[in-house]
Amino acid sequence: MIGIEHYIVVSSILFVMGVLGIFLNRKNVIIILMAIELILLAVNLNLVAFSAFLGDLTGQVFAMFVLTVAAGEAAIGLAILVIYFRGRGTIAVDDVNRMKG
Amino acid sequence: MIASAALVIFSRNPVHSVLWLILAFFNAAGLMVLVGAEFIAMLLVIVYVGAVAVLFLFVVMMLDIDFAELRAGFMNNLPLGLLLAIILICELVLGLGAMRAGSVQLGTDIANATPTTVPNIEAMGQLLYSKYLFLFEAAGLILVVSMVGAIVLTNRRRGGTRPQRISDQVKRRPEDATRNESPEVGKGVSL
Repeated sequence: MIGIEHYIVVSSILFVMGVLGIFLNRKNVIIILMAIELILLAVNLNLVAFSAFLGDLTGQVFAMFVLTVAAGEAAIGLAILVIYFRGRGTIAVDDVNRMKG
Repeated sequence: MIASAALVIFSRNPVHSVLWLILAFFNAAGLMVLVGAEFIAMLLVIVYVGAVAVLFLFVVMMLDIDFAELRAGFMNNLPLGLLLAIILICELVLGLGAMRAGSVQLGTDIANATPTTVPNIEAMGQLLYSKYLFLFEAAGLILVVSMVGAIVLTNRRRGGTRPQRISDQVKRRPEDATRNESPEVGKGVSL
């Protein structure tokens, strides 16, 4: 019988994979965006698993909202990436200092 | 699924990385189907695999980037990243062990529990359009804002093109465009 613990373990491993991806590929923005998607996927998996095992549908509704925000975030991030590449010709994170932050 | 997630961050070619991401999404959708959340699973397949992953693929292929150069600092961050990952996974597993030991009780709210006789999509729709209606509309607003933002960001005016300006064409009157002349013989017409 697959319990909620297995789902939590899988989603936590997925979450850690996302964090690790952000830390390892610190130069590549596309991989960082993909790692963020992985993290949001882990969160969604957690929400859905808890919602199903507790019999409360609210978790799934919130998973849908998380999905919406993730899609919008990916679109905006990639758009920023495209215009940045157009202006600079590179997407290395280390070179992002135009705003002198 | 774990393996594909690992390959997302470890693969050398970003195109392969996107493909492994798609595989991870499919696996997550399968897990959600197993647990009984069909609607979210189908949404995951449609939204992520159909839209977001294709968007990633477009951008990866459109931007002609030397990725080998971007991989240069990979090993520098490896110890710190691995340390952080190990700490995080230890925390999560410890929390899980505590829950299994019984110190954290998962309470279920019986009043909110939906009956299982209704299909998943129907139950979710009833909840979404009644209790979370404003949140749902806010989600729609977020999508509109992100769509407009993406279009505004990536749209650029190119010089040198000659677009059709319909308002100018409609504004044009016969008096502005033509004139009557009676030229003398042999003098020609001034243009």
